[in-house]
Amino acid sequence: MTTNQNDTGVSEDAVAKVADEAVDGLARETEGLSQGQIVRKRFMHNTPAVIAVFVLVFVVLLSLTSIGFGPVPGWWQWGFTEQPPVQNGGRPTLSLTGLGDHPFGQDNLGRDLFAMTMRGTQMTLLVMVLVGVLTGIIGVVIGAASGYFRGWTEAILMRLTDIIIIIPLLILAAVLGRMAITYVDTGVLRVAALGVLIGLFAWTALARLVRAEIMSLREREFVDAARLAGASDVRIIFKHILPNSVGVITVNLTLLLAAAVLLETALSYLGLGVQPPDWSLGRLISANQQAFTTRPWLFWFPGLFIILICLAINFIGDGLRDAFDPRQKKFNPRKAKETDAHMLDETDAVTADAARSGADRDGNAPGPTKPA
Amino acid sequence: MPEVILRATDLVKHYPIKAGVLRHTVGHVKAVDGVSFDLHKGETLGIVGESGCGKSTLGRVLMRLEEPTSGSVDFDGVDMFQQSGSAMRRLRRDIQIIFQDPYTSLNPRKTVGDIIGEPFEIHREVVPKGGRKKAVQDLLDVVGLNPEHINRYPHQFSGGQRQRIGIARGIALRPKVLICDEPVSALDVSVQAQVVNLLERLQREMGLAYLFIAHDLSVVRHISDRVGVMYLGKMVELGTEDEVYQRPTHPYTQALLSAVPVPDPTLRGKREQIVLSGDVPSPANPPSGCRFHTRCFKAQDVCSVEEPEFVQRPDGAGGHRSACHFAEVRQIVPTSDIPTREPDEGRGSDGARIGAGAPPEDVPAPGVDERGVIDPTRPAADYQIGHDDVAPEPRDRQS
Repeated sequence: MTTNQNDTGVSEDAVAKVADEAVDGLARETEGLSQGQIVRKRFMHNTPAVIAVFVLVFVVLLSLTSIGFGPVPGWWQWGFTEQPPVQNGGRPTLSLTGLGDHPFGQDNLGRDLFAMTMRGTQMTLLVMVLVGVLTGIIGVVIGAASGYFRGWTEAILMRLTDIIIIIPLLILAAVLGRMAITYVDTGVLRVAALGVLIGLFAWTALARLVRAEIMSLREREFVDAARLAGASDVRIIFKHILPNSVGVITVNLTLLLAAAVLLETALSYLGLGVQPPDWSLGRLISANQQAFTTRPWLFWFPGLFIILICLAINFIGDGLRDAFDPRQKKFNPRKAKETDAHMLDETDAVTADAARSGADRDGNAPGPTKPA
Repeated sequence: MPEVILRATDLVKHYPIKAGVLRHTVGHVKAVDGVSFDLHKGETLGIVGESGCGKSTLGRVLMRLEEPTSGSVDFDGVDMFQQSGSAMRRLRRDIQIIFQDPYTSLNPRKTVGDIIGEPFEIHREVVPKGGRKKAVQDLLDVVGLNPEHINRYPHQFSGGQRQRIGIARGIALRPKVLICDEPVSALDVSVQAQVVNLLERLQREMGLAYLFIAHDLSVVRHISDRVGVMYLGKMVELGTEDEVYQRPTHPYTQALLSAVPVPDPTLRGKREQIVLSGDVPSPANPPSGCRFHTRCFKAQDVCSVEEPEFVQRPDGAGGHRSACHFAEVRQIVPTSDIPTREPDEGRGSDGARIGAGAPPEDVPAPGVDERGVIDPTRPAADYQIGHDDVAPEPRDRQS
């Protein structure tokens, strides 16, 4: 079908070329893209989200390659524990012409801030990934199960959630973090343990939101329709209900990740999170807070990386939410013209089709509004 | 008469009312309270009644979306409520539903192809894997949509087109019975006609039996072979379309029919209007005896004591089932066949609450209880002014 329409559309004439592109667009629609392809395409149209992906990838690669990870050495000359002599009062040597010896500066012991920031970024990202994965899985499963099955399942799971909510997360993480410090002494593993601990207790808000969303979605008629077609509960939850709650889940997960960074900072500040000589971005800021007026760069660079990571995750979350929603028509403004033409064309096509197949007369008229 | 494909016997659906900290049951909402009927192969049985009478609950129970409190449904020789697991899944192939609201009945995240093709995904034996796309496109064609729109999303279609998608999904597995739960009430009138005609064509082509639930009496009359009238969870009258519309014997049916707007302006104000006083009683606490006696213009003492049986009662030409102690025929629906009816003609012998509709300037004849006189051209508010004997209905005050 695609090839046919392409063949007929090929012509030297510019007008015919435009028509061909339109036909090609329609034909592609008929031929069909998989759900994944459509989501990817929509995501790619969202410029801030794409930029955010690049920023995040850049930060991850920079932190991993510069000082290396575990046994793998990096390309940066200093390690995060080395103490070279303080040069020029520890001022940053970063300039337009090059990095210099200590691009982000040094602290009062001469440690290289760039190396420390990279180490902090690694640890912070590790905590975020663990928290994101764990809260995502636990929150969605508990929320979905209690919202969908109701009854005893809901009663038990929601009381469990309530109990976890009333225990202050900070204190819980502090106690368990202390235990983790006692039992786990490798630096990275200790940070991982911290991430797991936060993840195990931070899912409550997500679970309640997912439950509320699913309770409203399960009463929709398309769920009844799926059940009547013989769909199992698992199929209904994963194919019908969860795809409709992607928006709530992604937005809350992104907020939660930002909150996890803050929580990790708070714990580290209390001396219960990441321990010296290891660094996280939060610990870097809290360790250098006294230097804010005298050597502000010790404050700026870790802060900059926190902001970069949190912003990037928020933009990616937004982009994902929009990409998963078929009703969203968010596109790159640069491509708006092209898109408009495409949409106009579609409308015409609908009208023509309706007329041709003797379908509804209201082909392009707005349908009746939903009854209240 | 063709053989019975679906037989409901004494279907009951009560919803418990829970109260207190311990959520103990303090009562039941009797949504469906003993409904029996047969549905024959290839016929359309219309179910009408006002909001809250249990029509939709009946449909949901028949689909087994809700488990009935008691009663049974025999589907093609199989007791539906005794089936479980895979047997029930197989049974679902034969009985499908079209929902009322085409805006919530289609998953907004799925393409039309996914929506219509889902039954094929679940019942893999129906269509081999390679043929599913073709099968979906054929279905789109059958319901009058462009088969090339298979990858569009529901929001790209209008209400009527969406309802067609819903119909395509309903007939995908080639069911024997299709329950239509107010399939056209969310659509505008011109689209309603198209959808109703599509349903009729599908019935002819596929030999479907419809249970057509609606509150629009004209649409039901148009499509139905037989019609059942429900009031407060019970069937009060059941007969062929002619029997119910031309020779209704139950006073509630008569009142319902008298409320149908007449499109012929020459008949305006000339037809009989039966206006029921009061509201529908709560289904949690239905009246004793005949459930309709609190609003019935014929009610006598026996009605509040003894529940009338739902049996054959004479209607002037044979008879049909009706549940009224004082069943008698009264022709309500005026047609153009009787072009000139005197305004007074409609006043029945028992005329207490029945009067002829009068033109706006007419003063009702003295001695006639005005409660029966309603003029459709005047706003409802008029009736609360200067008619002190009319208890204003709560519904009016809210509106």
